[in-house]
Amino acid sequence: MASLLSQLKDDIRFSEGLSACMNCGICTAVCPAAAYFDYDPRRICQLVQTGEEQELEKLLKGEEIWMCGQCLSCKARCPRGNVPGYLIQSLRKLSQQSGLFIHSSEGRKQIRLKRRIGHSILETGYCVHPLMVEPETHPEQGPVWIWALEQGADLYRRCGSNYYGEGEGGLRKMAPGVLNELEAIFEETGGLRFWEAIERGAEELKLNQES
Amino acid sequence: MTPLLWKDYQKEVPDNHYFFVRSCIRQTFFPGAEAALLDILRNSLGLDIFEDRRHTTCTGIAYHCDLVPLETIMTVIARQLSLMTEAGYRHLLVSCVTSFGIYLEMLDMWQHHPEMLEQTREALWKSTRRTFELPTALVHTSDLIYHLRKPIADRSPHRLVDKSTQRALRVVDHVGCHYAKIFPAGGFGGAEFPSVLSGLAETFGGEMVDYPERRHCCGFGFRHYMLQENRGYSVSNSRIKFESMEAFAPDLILTNCPGCNMFLDRWQYTLAEMSGKTYDGEGKGIPVLSHEELAALMLGRDPWTLGLQMHQVQLEPLLDKIGIAYQARQKYSMVEGVAGVPREPGVLKVSFE
Repeated sequence: MASLLSQLKDDIRFSEGLSACMNCGICTAVCPAAAYFDYDPRRICQLVQTGEEQELEKLLKGEEIWMCGQCLSCKARCPRGNVPGYLIQSLRKLSQQSGLFIHSSEGRKQIRLKRRIGHSILETGYCVHPLMVEPETHPEQGPVWIWALEQGADLYRRCGSNYYGEGEGGLRKMAPGVLNELEAIFEETGGLRFWEAIERGAEELKLNQES
Repeated sequence: MTPLLWKDYQKEVPDNHYFFVRSCIRQTFFPGAEAALLDILRNSLGLDIFEDRRHTTCTGIAYHCDLVPLETIMTVIARQLSLMTEAGYRHLLVSCVTSFGIYLEMLDMWQHHPEMLEQTREALWKSTRRTFELPTALVHTSDLIYHLRKPIADRSPHRLVDKSTQRALRVVDHVGCHYAKIFPAGGFGGAEFPSVLSGLAETFGGEMVDYPERRHCCGFGFRHYMLQENRGYSVSNSRIKFESMEAFAPDLILTNCPGCNMFLDRWQYTLAEMSGKTYDGEGKGIPVLSHEELAALMLGRDPWTLGLQMHQVQLEPLLDKIGIAYQARQKYSMVEGVAGVPREPGVLKVSFE
């Protein structure tokens, strides 16, 4: 089996994201996630540059790679043109593809995210749409959101939206042919295989819990 | 060190003929904003803006939640471009800032790795029998509103001025991170001197406040907001911004990203409920508007058709300052009369009679 490092190098974002880090720490200084979580992009860049397999495996099994919020503030500030955010994307992809993501609680949350946002793409043509934002799980949306959902089509159509209707405009219902094209793209480009890897991780997790 | 050149922070924006792609978040939370944008561009300014009902999500939120491989999102983007090509357009107009960053990223990768462009063409052909051309201009809707700010202001009956005192209203802006932090050359003012919103507010007569945490992220964090138990990250980062702008007593927060617009509105409610604190000193919160919402108001559009009743922080205090007339009774009326009003929050004041 190919080494973790060589698999990382297959991801263009790995080479685009990390070429000559001098560990100045500007990425960590500007990073909103570093201020909130126990997360240090400078340390991750340093560790990945060593290329040590055992350290890479620990990283892919751990919590830290899931802390980045992908604001990409690091890209704007790195004096050497590195992008720790891209590096994180390549690490997260490999963590899921290799099944190592199930060893961390943050990694395991990818299963829920895949079943929610991923499935929404192929079922509706949207990443997010109003009926996904249930008030019970989104208390931060406030009473105005409960009211907006209660009004539904009346309110949205007053504001010029099509609100799940056939035809043109915002929030229109996507035609079956459109959704078929999206699914064909996911099939051809490995999107569905990637989701199968996440589900394999979920299955392994279930078996581990049962045993 | 390379000297900073002013021309590097400018952007060429075509005057007309755009293929328009929508935002999942804006359609969900601010449906009136996209409708108003199209109305302004098509009906007030007479521009040719084309939309194809077959365009979909760019999958950007899922991509930044690390659920969609690069090759997949690249091909979804290529499909959007094939619709643009088919319709005979080469100028792409993007509603969402996440999407805008995605388009910039794909175009950059195709430029630097032409083999990936060929692989994408092949994947799109195999999966959909489609072909595509690259856009000659990639424009965020805030770019276009900024580009057209003078014609819009010329048609506007209002100014960003307190009508009773003639004081210029104080505006704090929040430019979405993916507008210019990833590819600074893609936006007005780049990552260092963003002018796309400040230039708009100043054209309308507002006073810009350069608050310390102006560049800080709103805290979306993609997976962190989408996971309920991780949302502390999101609200904490918005709080950093509110604490930073509070001392300047802003009349308005102006945004160009649909997600940022929603978070800076909703987290004010949440923080008020959590801590009892609002950031305006009067318990009403600081009103939040996006670039299209502001342009529509300045052009005299009805606030309720614009959907401003879908904001949690109410807009009436701002409308009153500017002198924008509105019918309070129409705010919550629907086709079949008033169908109830939203419950009052515990702390944030939402009714002013």
